[in-house]
Amino acid sequence: MKHRYFLLFVVLCLFFSINLNAQVVDKFLQNSHISGDFEFDGMYYNKDSLIGAPDVPQKALMNSFVNVNYTNGPFAAGFRFENYLYGLEGYDPRYKGVGVPYKYITFEKDKFTVTVGNSYDQFGSGLIYRSWQDFSLGYDNSLNGLNVKFRPWKGITLKGIWGLQRFYFALSPGVIRGGDAEFSINDIFTKLNNKNLRVTVGGSFVSKYQDASDPVYTLPKNVGSYAGRASISYKNFSINGEYAHKINDPSAINNRIYKPGEATLIQATYAKKGMGFYLAAIRTDNMSYKTDRDASGSDLNINYIPAITKQTTYSLPAMYPYATQPNGEFGVQAQTIFSFKRKSALGGKYGTFFSITYSQYNNIDKQKINDVTPIDSTGTLGYKSDFFKIGKEVNYQNFNIEFSKKFTHTFKMILSYFYINYNTKVIEGHDQPNIYSHTGVADLTFNINEKNSIRTELQYMYTTQGDGSWAYAMVEYTIAPKWFFSLSDQYNYGNPVTAKQIHYFGVATTYAIGSTRISLNYGRQRAGIFCVGGVCRFVPAANGLTLTLTSSF
Amino acid sequence: MLTTLLGINIFAPNYINLSIKIMKTIFLSISLFFLSLSLLFAQENNQANGVLGLKKIPSVELKTLDGKTINTADISNNGKPIIISFWATWCKPCVNELTTIADVYPDWQKETGVKLIAVSIDDMKTSGNVKTTVNGKNWDYEVLLDVNSEFKRAMNVNLVPHTFVINGNGEIVWQHTSFSQGSELTLIDIVRKVAKGEKVN
Repeated sequence: MKHRYFLLFVVLCLFFSINLNAQVVDKFLQNSHISGDFEFDGMYYNKDSLIGAPDVPQKALMNSFVNVNYTNGPFAAGFRFENYLYGLEGYDPRYKGVGVPYKYITFEKDKFTVTVGNSYDQFGSGLIYRSWQDFSLGYDNSLNGLNVKFRPWKGITLKGIWGLQRFYFALSPGVIRGGDAEFSINDIFTKLNNKNLRVTVGGSFVSKYQDASDPVYTLPKNVGSYAGRASISYKNFSINGEYAHKINDPSAINNRIYKPGEATLIQATYAKKGMGFYLAAIRTDNMSYKTDRDASGSDLNINYIPAITKQTTYSLPAMYPYATQPNGEFGVQAQTIFSFKRKSALGGKYGTFFSITYSQYNNIDKQKINDVTPIDSTGTLGYKSDFFKIGKEVNYQNFNIEFSKKFTHTFKMILSYFYINYNTKVIEGHDQPNIYSHTGVADLTFNINEKNSIRTELQYMYTTQGDGSWAYAMVEYTIAPKWFFSLSDQYNYGNPVTAKQIHYFGVATTYAIGSTRISLNYGRQRAGIFCVGGVCRFVPAANGLTLTLTSSF
Repeated sequence: MLTTLLGINIFAPNYINLSIKIMKTIFLSISLFFLSLSLLFAQENNQANGVLGLKKIPSVELKTLDGKTINTADISNNGKPIIISFWATWCKPCVNELTTIADVYPDWQKETGVKLIAVSIDDMKTSGNVKTTVNGKNWDYEVLLDVNSEFKRAMNVNLVPHTFVINGNGEIVWQHTSFSQGSELTLIDIVRKVAKGEKVN
């Protein structure tokens, strides 16, 4: 009763004050902006047990969302509606129904930026805190609570966070609080502003709290972590590193051991016009960090351990990607990209480009903590691991060479070779042999005239393990800038089981105008990354008709 | 139906309460109606396009390849047009677009004074490869690292490549997704219009 009278009072006040301040309203509306983006992914499924496509009783499923953002000077607010009716195959079944899982209000005042509601952020490299989102991956661990940024002086950024994580349409059982400080030395001390040597240092801490009542073990309710980082660059050379440490955190992922965790990431680059060298190394030791100690998979991660292997969107080499092993891994990547200049002997008229990348992951060396306790025993310290020792088991190897050259005004070619050694037992958890594969890719583009072109991709993967060898051919005809048509076939000709030598055939049309894109695909899809119609995204295995609509306003 | 919507049980014995409730609701509706009318009139007096007008570049802090931090709201080109192109090292059409433009970029700059800012949405998996890629491919663009997709979200980008053209006032006047050979010709046409101060569709 009182509620309604109060509402009426507020409305009448607004009505009168607005009429008296037309100029204020004008200015208010002049600075107001609304923007947003929208995506719809719908699929009609055919039965196809041969490729392992699941049976879909609803016949058609869809995922969609709309983001709306309102800004007015230092003030911003927005939300995201998400609809899963029901969620597409390949997405977690907890993405079901409709809701507004993301909403925020942000305002800037006096060097502070305060966000109340949902926020995304990353501390340093993300080794102890990263909240991020990718709709096509079905990943969203946004923090629901408070995110405050404070910039007291030029070159100093302080951040504080406190909240619960998004968990599908619910929230995490555990709460996160943390802070980060970053100092850009050259910006703080203006005398050093234009020096060739640039130094930035930073540090962060995060703590999670989750209630515990285990009858056998005393589980830590507060689990804290900290990280320190530095990045130095001098002319063409730069190096940056981060070290993170987490106190004991027994969880379902590490078999409830009490060992503390740590992660170290180092990257070094030497680059100048026409060439670049890159080296990276990462060592992860028991660094799975979640707001629910019983969560599995990629649910409720607080941090993000990156896989520093070569990423590719060509469908055959993308069949065997590396999956990060947060319990323990040691990875390295070495890459060089260089070009022979245009009009030089080796460069030709338009220049020639080379890229060579090698990456490898091993496990870490684990030793027993004493003679009687096996490694990774529940309720114990688990194992000892020497920081500088690398484990003997190879989890993954990927060697890639890429050569790209525009021969004439009308013909361009990219040739790639991939060697992949994929440890099925470690990456997928099945006791199957390793996959050793050699893949060659030819990506050719012919410009028929100014606006019409044909692109063709021919891929060939040779392997005697797993599903055997594959061949892939794709032809895409484009009428710039709006129309894309393609036909493709991925053929498992080398499958040891004759009945499984399947063709994954597909036909697609895309229309792109302004910021809107409409795509219609029909055929079979193997799980993986697909690039068609000028854009790349991730898709799960299925057979049917897909309609994708995306737009920004 | 209105009474059910308002949660009023028309079969309630107390009819006086019922009429008070209906009157309050009517009063509330009338007030809201007048409020919206006044807002509407206020907008009509407003010359410039307010709520759905041209958007300016939002404010997000990103790092350059040298490790410097810049604020995207400060991006400017002395009144000349700007192209902002979202890309990633793993996105073949994006690399294709930027390589194709690189061939004609010096001509574009000479003709229109345009500046292209390539915003990489590579996260920690591949952000280390950005510097090697940009240098190895001889690109002359200004490159920004958007490792947690903060600028991508603020600009309402869903898929890459997504390219924007910004006019001399820092307003976003045109955008396009996807890339195919020949799309760059449409892009330079738009940039030429913006450089001359013409309105873009």
